[in-house]
Amino acid sequence: MRTLSYAQAIHEAHAQLLDRDPRVFVIGQGLWNPWYAGTTLKDLDKAFGCDRILDSPVSENATTGAAIGAAIAGMRPILFHPRMDFMLLAIDPIVNQAANWSYLFSAQVSVPLVIRSVINRGGEQGAQHSQALHAMLAHIPGLKVVMPSTAYDAKGLLIAAMEDNNPVIYIDDRWLYETTSDVPEDCYAIPIGKGIVRREGRDITIASISYMAEEAMKAGLSLEKQGIDVEVIDLRSAKPLDIDIILKSVKKTGRLVVADGGWKMFGFAAEVAASVSERAFHDLKGPILRVCLPDIPAPTSRALEERYYPRASDIEKTVKKSLNIVSVA
Amino acid sequence: MSTETNNVKPALLQSMYQTMLRIRLIEERVADLVEAGEILTPCHLTIGQEAIAAGVCANLKPTDSIWGGHRSHGHYLAKGGDIKKMLAELFGKAGGCSKGRGGSMHLVAPEVGLFGTVPLVAATIPLAVGAAMASKLRNEVAVSVSFFGDGATEEGHFHESLNLAALYRLPVIFVCENNFYASHMHISERRAKDNIFKAGATHGIPAEQIDGNDVLLVYDTARRAIEHARSGGGPTLLECRTYRWRGHVGPAWDLDVGLKRNDDLKGWMKRDPIEMARTELIKLGVSSEQLGGIDPEVREEVDAALAFARASQYPLPEELLKNLFVGEGEAQ
Ligand SMILES: Cc1ncc(C[n+]2csc(CCOP(=O)(O)OP(=O)(O)O)c2C)c(N)n1
Ligand SMILES: [Mg+2]
Repeated sequence: MRTLSYAQAIHEAHAQLLDRDPRVFVIGQGLWNPWYAGTTLKDLDKAFGCDRILDSPVSENATTGAAIGAAIAGMRPILFHPRMDFMLLAIDPIVNQAANWSYLFSAQVSVPLVIRSVINRGGEQGAQHSQALHAMLAHIPGLKVVMPSTAYDAKGLLIAAMEDNNPVIYIDDRWLYETTSDVPEDCYAIPIGKGIVRREGRDITIASISYMAEEAMKAGLSLEKQGIDVEVIDLRSAKPLDIDIILKSVKKTGRLVVADGGWKMFGFAAEVAASVSERAFHDLKGPILRVCLPDIPAPTSRALEERYYPRASDIEKTVKKSLNIVSVA
Repeated sequence: MSTETNNVKPALLQSMYQTMLRIRLIEERVADLVEAGEILTPCHLTIGQEAIAAGVCANLKPTDSIWGGHRSHGHYLAKGGDIKKMLAELFGKAGGCSKGRGGSMHLVAPEVGLFGTVPLVAATIPLAVGAAMASKLRNEVAVSVSFFGDGATEEGHFHESLNLAALYRLPVIFVCENNFYASHMHISERRAKDNIFKAGATHGIPAEQIDGNDVLLVYDTARRAIEHARSGGGPTLLECRTYRWRGHVGPAWDLDVGLKRNDDLKGWMKRDPIEMARTELIKLGVSSEQLGGIDPEVREEVDAALAFARASQYPLPEELLKNLFVGEGEAQ
């Protein structure tokens, strides 16, 4: 099989979707230039024409509303927001319209829309160029939210998002663009709402998503060398949330750490912890612990960024805390 | 230049010249520091566009507020923000104007009426309207000025704000710095018509399209708009046409996010706002010795700012969580 990078996998999924279905088009900022999207949309305008690859004015609200309207009218748009932060200007059409439409009209009208948004943080960019807002979106009934952590998933989840007849938020992460994995050439879909066990282990479960799944794997490797056998679950979708896969794991390990790149308060990890404790309280040998962002906006200074973003080492520490292992620093 | 249309005194033009030079020289230094890797925070340079900030702000008092965006080093300096604190902020240091929490895209100088610049395009346009509302409700004569780019006029914020300001006759000046690009996209790829100033008329707001590289013209047009606002006449929209010399972000010259803009750039560089002001000053009888004295003075300021920024400490990681709300003890 071929190895592709995460960025290449996103690109290939776009190209295949555009190629096989004339209803597919892409709209958003940064489509004709690598500035915003890296290589993930490179030269698609040349291959499929500027009519189907629409690099838009700085108008998040209107482009989002228009993509929703086009989807309702029978097209299959991929709406692109090069950063989650910018997508906030379009939160009204996403939350009030796209998310509601099916229920509101008893599934007689659908919004088959992929909203792709990128988490792009670090590099002293600060509070308005860093946010990971998946929990906020997953909070909304009527939206599905997928977050690939590997190149294989980046392709398969984009295709699944397109094949779904509902609005799906697809969130990719700039920090993963250069990671690689085997990626089949065919146009395959990964089921939305199903997690995957990335690493089997007996001592403790780490439930994670997106970039933190990658960090959890690093932590798992390091802990293995210290004699700790970690099970890593990558949930792949924030919504629907695959609680069953965690319950099964926790039944075996009795311990759970949740690792997420979003804020801790009212966040993705909070939802996972609550859902697990509701259903598996008696399987747990100790409290569920979370590794997340602290409850502040992203700072700029390198001295503060370093402390702000959680990494594999933070997961490692938290695993040890859960297992009551006092680490000798 | 437009000396015929006004009676600007040499001293005023000289002061605007100095402001422009200060912006130019610090940003050229910043460009080098970005290249050298000493500054990491994304810096959107305003080199080539200095006349707009300098010309507008020369009319303002500390009690007047200004509002900016991602490309606001010039606004900050022209309004009187401390050059040392700006550079320290770009270094991510505790001595910076935002104490290392903001970087280049989030500058603040409340002591001179700059309550914050932020990079979400168009975000501060309605905030400027709000400041004008505050001024009107308190029966003050203070005005507020909103600086934004041509790209910002594509957001709903712009159109809604114009209507609100017109409806309530608020003392706000909308200053659009039309440099023909929003990152990689030329205005012709983003608008059916290149006519931003015409948005004024549809809202009943006086509007003008002017040469943004002519500091005297900017000064004079802004002066009239500001007097109009102070006397209760309401808002004005100014579209100032200009060109940025460097790339969208960072120090690159011609190669702008993959675009070659060489031909246009050459034409605009011949209309360097600073050179134009210098020529005008000489015409007004200012000696070249007098003018020559300004350069080293500004250079010294820039050097001192750099020394300050380098010597300043990084913020303390243990203070990361401070200041989420006011009144909980400030971080260093
Ligand atoms: C709401 C929002 N959308 C998109 C961006 C990305 N972005 C940053 S600067 C910029 C271009 C803005 O162009 P313009 O307003 O003309 O200002 P200029 O950069 O030319 O000074 C864009 C699209 C952003 N920062 N905020
Ligand atoms: Mg512009």
